[in-house]
Amino acid sequence: MDFNDTPQEAEFRKKVRSFLEANAEKRSTLAAKPKGDAGSSISSAGAPETVKGEDAAKVALDNAKEWQRKKADAGFAAILWPKEFGGYGGTPIEQVIYAQEEHDYFVHSGYFEIGIGMLGPTMMAWGKDEDKKRFLPKMITGEEIWCQLFSEPSAGSDLAGIRMKAEKDGDEWVLNGQKVWTSGAHFADYGMIVARSDPTALKHKGLTYFYVDMKTPGIEAKPIKQISGSANFNEVFFNDVRIPDSQRIGAEGDGWKVSLTTLMNERLAVGDPPGLDFDQIFEASKEIEVEDGLAVKNSEVRQKMADWYIQSRGLQYTKYRSMTALSKGQTPGPELSISKLVTASKMQDVSSYALDLMDMSGMVHQDKNPILKNLFQNGYFFSAAMRIAGGTDEVLRNIIAERVLGLPQDERSDKKLPFNELPSGKN
Amino acid sequence: MNFDFSDDQKLLRDQARKFLQDKCDRKSVRSILEDNQKNYDADLWSQISELGWTGTAIPEEYGGLGLGMLELCVIAEELGRALAPTPFSSSIYIFAEFLKSYGTDEQKKKYLPHIASGEKIGTFALSETNGKPKPNNIRTQHASGKINGSKNPVSDGESADYIIVAANSDSNSNYNSLSLFIIDRNDPGLNISNLDTIDPTRPSCALDLKNVACERLGDEGSGWEMIDNIFNRAAVLFSFEQVGGAQVSLDEAKKYSLERFAFGKQIGAFQALKHKMADMYVKIELARSNAYYGAWALSTDSNELPIAAAGARVSASEAYNYASQENIQIHGGVGFTWEYDCHLFYRRSKLLSLNIGSIRQWKENLISNLEKRNIV
Repeated sequence: MDFNDTPQEAEFRKKVRSFLEANAEKRSTLAAKPKGDAGSSISSAGAPETVKGEDAAKVALDNAKEWQRKKADAGFAAILWPKEFGGYGGTPIEQVIYAQEEHDYFVHSGYFEIGIGMLGPTMMAWGKDEDKKRFLPKMITGEEIWCQLFSEPSAGSDLAGIRMKAEKDGDEWVLNGQKVWTSGAHFADYGMIVARSDPTALKHKGLTYFYVDMKTPGIEAKPIKQISGSANFNEVFFNDVRIPDSQRIGAEGDGWKVSLTTLMNERLAVGDPPGLDFDQIFEASKEIEVEDGLAVKNSEVRQKMADWYIQSRGLQYTKYRSMTALSKGQTPGPELSISKLVTASKMQDVSSYALDLMDMSGMVHQDKNPILKNLFQNGYFFSAAMRIAGGTDEVLRNIIAERVLGLPQDERSDKKLPFNELPSGKN
Repeated sequence: MNFDFSDDQKLLRDQARKFLQDKCDRKSVRSILEDNQKNYDADLWSQISELGWTGTAIPEEYGGLGLGMLELCVIAEELGRALAPTPFSSSIYIFAEFLKSYGTDEQKKKYLPHIASGEKIGTFALSETNGKPKPNNIRTQHASGKINGSKNPVSDGESADYIIVAANSDSNSNYNSLSLFIIDRNDPGLNISNLDTIDPTRPSCALDLKNVACERLGDEGSGWEMIDNIFNRAAVLFSFEQVGGAQVSLDEAKKYSLERFAFGKQIGAFQALKHKMADMYVKIELARSNAYYGAWALSTDSNELPIAAAGARVSASEAYNYASQENIQIHGGVGFTWEYDCHLFYRRSKLLSLNIGSIRQWKENLISNLEKRNIV
């Protein structure tokens, strides 16, 4: 047992490090607060503090694009993509090494993760050659940003229950309906969308997958304000949006299969959730006074912190086990499936408990809060979203139970009927 | 990154698992559980000794196989899976490790070959009363080569040939007062009385010592320091036993939930149970990963050991306690019968989580070691 890189891995890490050192600013440990807000690291966090509101968002986006460009020039923007599309042609272990190293730097790649991690691979697997040539290189450089139009008001965990209508009209499709929880729809240039092309077919059979230009007439994105006060997601309305059939990805009726490619890649893309964690509460406990002195000296606090420590490090060492498999060219076991499930609840517990320790001052949540910089107030809101985004706790437990432990699938009443005969499919 | 056991170690695991499936089935575990006269499975003990398991991590010059601590971790996990009713932990994780770390060459030559061959059994006597052992509740005293006092409980004390006894060597009763001494069970001043435990397959006893002859192990006054170190080493090995037992608890819960039908379907199809088993899986994977880290620290003599050991210990204790308790719950009524095996794990998990100090103490160890590291 050791934690050493193989010679090739060490070589790669060295390359990554020298690139990052030359081009990015390193972050200090205590500033390692939650990267942004639910869903991804998309926020105005990359802007200087003097810039506010929409301007801040614009500055942050510009900074991120500039960084993405540098990454792309150095070849690190899409480690797993083949070289012909501007990728690094690397291995999963190299992807992990890059992410580890970049984590220590103050950079924002969240805007591009959905495109590079999920949508690009979908286009590679199912798209037409001319589309790949046209879109993939600009996805990598960050010149064009993509969003994923999947969830709907009536289809969250049960994604195949979507109702967005896609009706064929000659060589065109007409899209009508509503998407929701779309990260970055308000600044995205393009989106990938799954819609119901045949409501009389079975639920999973009547879907078709497309890409759309977000500037197409009839598309309107409205930001959703979250409990944290920021707005990273959108509702996206489609009113008689006409797109050519050439923007279809995969065959008519194959939308579910194509979507699965996107979702399979989600696990890889969203793999490293930002952490408000043991380290932060451990540090804070050395500053906060409770009834019998510093919190760090209080027995109950110590007992609680020990629990978060073993969860936090347990996940880290679990990742090492998966990296070992990757490093040997094997497929990691199912152990990584526990990561978000543990992380999100841990963050909620840590935040809530830390606010308790802070006592009355835990109530305060204002800009530039001098007390621990709002760390735990933000975590308190962010974690509630994290337990839902990218698979709810309940869906994740079902996945572990069914796919890892092999327990029976839930009984489904919606598999055998045409969509428009299901309770959820009737209008 | 090579955070895994080697192919040879995995082969050892497979062989050990197969061997224990044959030689340590539930019937033999129950034969110890249900027989008050038997403290451990002597047949199994002599067979695993012949296989060299007892000597796994004891150097060849002292009669062992001279393999490493990782191999011992592998064996610990299998012993935990099988609920092996043997004094392996007392004799190998604790007694042998004390001798390896603190014995003089002469002491190593005197004791280790017999421990390695399994022909003799060793254990360690610390606790005297309720609560965490600490200077103000250790009354056993050493003076002029003799020990007087009492110890309670002492794991595997009835089976042991040699016992390391913690006793004060001065009258200050502080952290520099404690020393360790090896005594022989045949000493006429030693009285051993059996204690019933929550897991009779892992027995304990009370010792009464009147002018018992002894030889000192390690430096005078460094008892607590030695205990900390050896308990850290043992904690990693215990955590592998616990992960092994936790995994079997989950496997058996799952198996039962697929065989049992209620309300027209397998009970394993109900989300309440699926989610419970998912939670068992999560805790076990976290524990396994923490145990791996402990194994790495143990096998490399890393100065991370106190933190890694405490992390492994807490995580594995919690995982096994949870898995064995929810295994009963998933079995429903039959889960709390004597006939079904659930209680074997429920007993063992709790006993193991107390054997070298409670979860509470290990959490405290963990945080205080993290504080120390931060200062450095």
